[in-house]
Amino acid sequence: MIKCSNLTKKFGSNISLNNVTCEFHKNESIALMGANGAGKTTLIRSILGYYHPDSGSVKINGFDPVKNRVEVLQNISFVPQLPPPIKLNLDELMQYISIGAKIDKQLIMHYANEMKLDITSNLHKSFFTLSGGMKQKMLIAISLAKKSDIIIYDEPTANLDPKARDDFYKLLNENEDEKVLLFVTHRLEEVKDLVNRQIYMDLGKVVSDEKF
Amino acid sequence: MKNLYLIAYLDLKESIRAKWFIVYSFVFGGLIALFFIAGVTESQVMGFSGLSRLLLMYIQITIVILPIFILITTVRSISGDRDSHVLEYMLSFPISLKQYYWGKVLGRFITVYIPVLFAMIIAIAYGSFKGANIPWGIFFLYTGLLFSMSSAFLGIAFFISSFVKSSEIALGIAFFIWIFLLSFIDIALISLMMQERVNEGLVIFIALINPMEIFRVAAISLFDPELTVMGPVAFYILDLMSQGVFVFISIIYPLMLGLLFAFLGYKIFEKKDLV
Repeated sequence: MIKCSNLTKKFGSNISLNNVTCEFHKNESIALMGANGAGKTTLIRSILGYYHPDSGSVKINGFDPVKNRVEVLQNISFVPQLPPPIKLNLDELMQYISIGAKIDKQLIMHYANEMKLDITSNLHKSFFTLSGGMKQKMLIAISLAKKSDIIIYDEPTANLDPKARDDFYKLLNENEDEKVLLFVTHRLEEVKDLVNRQIYMDLGKVVSDEKF
Repeated sequence: MKNLYLIAYLDLKESIRAKWFIVYSFVFGGLIALFFIAGVTESQVMGFSGLSRLLLMYIQITIVILPIFILITTVRSISGDRDSHVLEYMLSFPISLKQYYWGKVLGRFITVYIPVLFAMIIAIAYGSFKGANIPWGIFFLYTGLLFSMSSAFLGIAFFISSFVKSSEIALGIAFFIWIFLLSFIDIALISLMMQERVNEGLVIFIALINPMEIFRVAAISLFDPELTVMGPVAFYILDLMSQGVFVFISIIYPLMLGLLFAFLGYKIFEKKDLV
């Protein structure tokens, strides 16, 4: 599904990804680990088509995420580490997503409900005025409602309380079949029951890749 | 196209709720109100009276404040979203960069143009209520000139926004451009002429490629077709073309300039790393 071949990305003199080659297949749940600055976020952003590689390539189901971003992003759900300060209210945000990505609003409401987030009473509140946990729950609900083949979570539970984390992992367990699940995390113990592969990055390189 | 309109619509809704939009609308609406209170419509200065005088004053003030308002509110449109990681999330959905960028341009254009236009409509409505003669020709031409100047600065702002990584730098560049173009309305041009190192034709050319200056000259020419208030400069302009052609160019040129900058901005947005 995802194939990175000799991928190199530099920012000035800093090499963020150094000739990275890796593949992610269906039914794989991967914990992507490494110290700050190891290249995890750069790898994810390259998969999402945000970065133009200096050399090498990324292919998602055979498509280049930069040149064919619409086709590629139809199959990817992404939750960033920190919810961005989106000024749209929840209704407008759902409108953007439901029209732009053809996601059923009711499905977002359903998963939000499963995450114990009451959308109805917050529908006209700006997204950025919600609490950190509420924002994260909303983004998780959207990611699940999108029904993508590839789900990328960058520290998704950072703002969640223990109960919400349990709800989240329960939902993921129910929805992980036939997908690639990519977690960027510093806490392996939290996702160890979910993942079947662990990649460790350092200084822009994949230094260990274990499947279990 | 559906996504483009959606992005324009949501940007418009988001902008209308923003504090800057309230201040922006208040400034232009307030200006017109101030003119009414000051009795501009009843005064007669330099031969212009009533609504024509009011519109002329409005335009003169607009030359200075509209560009800076458009620049500072728009220049952070993409760079600000990039800064705050909003762009990273919003572009993780299958929306093409073309739809996202031009949707933002369209939404922001409507946002910046509506209060300016609305202020003019208020002036016309008030004038009509007072039983004044409505200078419809001037009204429509000013509306066109404002449309075209708004396009020019919106295009420039999107161009800056597309390549600048931080919104602070974007603001700095916007201020510099505003001061630079403003100084080339008068001060810098006069000093160039006084030094007598450059040909007068070149000085006039520099003046007329400045969208702020061409807007000003065109606005004056609607009241003073001979451009007598401008002195010898009028000879150069009216020697080159008729007043009608000049006004037409004054509308088309800033519009094209804005579209060109917006297009260049789009090309940069498309070719550069997004976050």
